[in-house]
Amino acid sequence: MSSRIFGSGIRRREDPRLITGAAAYTDDMTLPGMLHAVMLRSPHAHATITRIDVGGARTAPGVVAVYTGKDVTLNPMPCAWLPPNSQLKIANYPTCAIDTVRYVGDIVAVVIADSPQQGYDALDLIEVDYQPLPSVIDPQKSCAPGAPQLHADIPNNLAFQWTVAGGDVDAAFAAAEIVVTERIVQQRLIPNAMEPRAALAKWAGMSGELTLWNTTQNPHILRFLTSVVTGIAEDKLRVVAPEVGGGFGCKIPAYPGEFLAIFASRKLNRPVKWTETRSENYQATTHGRDHVQEIELAAKKDGTILGIRASSWSAMGAYLSTAAPGIPTILHGLMLSGVYNVPAIKEDVYGVYTTATPVEAYRGAGRPEATFIIERMVDKLAAALSMDPVAVRRKNMIPRFENGHAVATGLTYDSGDYPASLQKLLDHVNYDALRQEQAAARKAGRLMGIGVGTYVEICGLGPSQVAAAVGFQGGLWESAIVRVHPTGKVNVFIGASPHGQGEETTFAQLVAAEIGVGVDDVKVIHGDTETTPMGWGTYGSRTTAVGGAALILATRKVKEKAKLIAAHLLEAAVEDMDYADGKFFVKGSSDRAKTIQDIALQANLSWNMPPGMEGGLEASMFYDPPNFTYPFGSHLAIVEIEKETGIVSLTRYVAIDDCGPQINPVIVEGQVHGGVVQGIGQALWEEAIYDENGQLITGSMMDYALPRADRLPHIEVLNTVTPSPHHPLGLKGIGEAGTIASTVTVYNAVIDALRPLGVETMQMPFTPERVWKAMTAAAKPAGN
Amino acid sequence: MTVRVSITVNGRRFDKDVEPRQLLVHFIRDLGGFTGTKVGCDTSQCGSCTVLLDGIAVKSCTCLAAQADGAEVTTIEGLAADGQLHPIQEAFWNTHGLQCGFCTPGMIMATHELLRTNATPTDEAIRHGLAGNFCRCTGYQNIVKAVREAATVMAK
Ligand code: FES
Ligand code: FES
Repeated sequence: MSSRIFGSGIRRREDPRLITGAAAYTDDMTLPGMLHAVMLRSPHAHATITRIDVGGARTAPGVVAVYTGKDVTLNPMPCAWLPPNSQLKIANYPTCAIDTVRYVGDIVAVVIADSPQQGYDALDLIEVDYQPLPSVIDPQKSCAPGAPQLHADIPNNLAFQWTVAGGDVDAAFAAAEIVVTERIVQQRLIPNAMEPRAALAKWAGMSGELTLWNTTQNPHILRFLTSVVTGIAEDKLRVVAPEVGGGFGCKIPAYPGEFLAIFASRKLNRPVKWTETRSENYQATTHGRDHVQEIELAAKKDGTILGIRASSWSAMGAYLSTAAPGIPTILHGLMLSGVYNVPAIKEDVYGVYTTATPVEAYRGAGRPEATFIIERMVDKLAAALSMDPVAVRRKNMIPRFENGHAVATGLTYDSGDYPASLQKLLDHVNYDALRQEQAAARKAGRLMGIGVGTYVEICGLGPSQVAAAVGFQGGLWESAIVRVHPTGKVNVFIGASPHGQGEETTFAQLVAAEIGVGVDDVKVIHGDTETTPMGWGTYGSRTTAVGGAALILATRKVKEKAKLIAAHLLEAAVEDMDYADGKFFVKGSSDRAKTIQDIALQANLSWNMPPGMEGGLEASMFYDPPNFTYPFGSHLAIVEIEKETGIVSLTRYVAIDDCGPQINPVIVEGQVHGGVVQGIGQALWEEAIYDENGQLITGSMMDYALPRADRLPHIEVLNTVTPSPHHPLGLKGIGEAGTIASTVTVYNAVIDALRPLGVETMQMPFTPERVWKAMTAAAKPAGN
Repeated sequence: MTVRVSITVNGRRFDKDVEPRQLLVHFIRDLGGFTGTKVGCDTSQCGSCTVLLDGIAVKSCTCLAAQADGAEVTTIEGLAADGQLHPIQEAFWNTHGLQCGFCTPGMIMATHELLRTNATPTDEAIRHGLAGNFCRCTGYQNIVKAVREAATVMAK
């Protein structure tokens, strides 16, 4: 039975409440006496506030209170990732602006009213005089001399400067027979979790206790940050992540909104709910990416890579969001070797304040950008040497390894078989035949492109000692409690906080497979700091990789205890006991047995326990992984470009991923689909655009082009299975793989299609206008 | 100023005084029992708020409560009859057609409309029919699968 549960694509346990409308997301909750908070946000990218008059709003119908920055007594927003040796300069980040606003969407005042509508009406009555200041959006320009200064105490808007270096880069370039260069703009993206952010704060008057329901990926981290910002002690704070409608990174950080709701709830002694509109979400929920990179790659004429040298300017937006500095540095620079032997690597990363929305993790967070660099440069090298891009990949690929491979950046990948993954992809699509098809298409005047992208990602964040070494202000272990009730039913309490990834199902599968209870007999509880053990949250593809390890080890502790009890009840020696399918039996006589349910009852009754053993059948585990996990894979995209219009059609997409053994292949596949489409979105459609005054032009779903069902092909999903040597079940994680691989894979396909016209590089997203302009420019004779 | 409306939601009639500007989606959500209908945007793009108005799917954020006076509204909560899941709900569950679930009520109601107007849609027709509903989690592939399965079951 157990082997069938692990690896089976059973239907999800979380779905019945979601498909019937019974699930409660934060905004679905109403409490007696509840008030609503709405925010007045800055219409200017950068300005001094010279006057605020809230008198009219205070007396508007339904308005209970109005607060400005001067009224709010909260500590500033904390930054929790402080990369060492980076001269990090953390700007003061007030929850509500006091005298200066620094991006369109910065909070200027908060109205508390009986209904949201009354609150919005009152916003119109607040008078604010602004003295506009110059704005700057481009990170390269923002740290150049003469740029507008955002924070008086931070020269050149430079938030930090960080370098990753390994191997002898100067020697690599001195020995180079060929150097290829590229400038990559990783455009700013808007995460667009379908559920906007919301917070409901309930201050319990004299008891000094506060409950916060919030759209967060990590309630325990948020509780800690809430105590820092509000001064309420952690033991009096309960943070609940109820149903959460997607995160993709933008629900990792803490935001001013939740703290202002708490502030108001405390002041007024009433529950206060705040729910952002989608327009507010676009302006003020964190964005992703926004890097400008200049890259050089040194190689030999036979395609052997010698080294990479890069500089990256990473926009941080107006303030440092909770984890922002770690993303373009630690999660990015360390992964530049990709799946290849790259003997020498150096990247200088400049984190730069700009008058824009703060940037945070966005699915993949740093790793898609690293994969982009290496996979783009490999393709460029292939083109420069007139080699097939697959041949260059093969030439440099790290051969199969089962237990550790060190790369120049200092990381040790856990296990991988990149050549086998690539070969499986090539066989699946019949790569040679595809190239022939392309040659025929070109002859016929069609623009067909084939793009290949291989990747390895760093997941399962991560060993806590490493967290300390890289300046992450927290641990990165995970926790689980397994409690077996007298009837043999099981509750599992986890510190992580899934929000769509399906761990209520997969974790039940893990427990069921390990101790032989039915999968429906296991209920997984998460997301409430009052009932679950401390944990660090759901991001970085870590819930299964780290939390799953904690869970399986806790379950094994339960099983170990159950075996002792069974031996005692059967009057057998422990060494003589065996286990199969939920039964503990005496070796050789399978009828002398106790089921896990028998044992659970006995353990909970405790009438007849082995001498000295405590009652109950429960165990907990705090698991700190010895290393990260490194999922990998190979993707391929085929595009067709219309010459007359520049319209790019993605006609085929194949993903081969390796996340180790799969608990539930249907859920794994779903993660790949979603991830791949987000990455395709970046390549083809998505871009957050600001104008020269710092106004967000793509400020609504009408202007920001999200992937839609009718613009995507069917995605073919395959896999290989390479267990992680250090995870108790070999699991690696799959949440971000698709996004990490697909952007550059599609990019490579589009450039491959346009290469006959002389187009070698282009800025994403590949809108018809951009493609058409690139084709037209390339068609002009040189010198014009 | 308020106007009196009488709207039947999932078979139950509600007589209420509402502001003329009140959107149908807020009317439904504020009733207390029906928060399954979601608000995902403020520009009528996302489709999370899709409900059936007299049997025809509408984005309930594009409709005023006053316009729905006298109408019958079916929301996601009203789709399962006698404790039996609707075949569309069942199909979304069977095919892993949802992850975070936020877009799901709207997707299911949009699917209802799609199959009402085309009982045997091709994949292309399904993708086209759902182009007005955003999902950020699934990449749409399993949603297409769900609609296909629902169509097959409902055709029987
Ligand atoms: S909320 Fe109605 S379409 Fe988005
Ligand atoms: S399932 Fe999350 S948005 Fe569709």
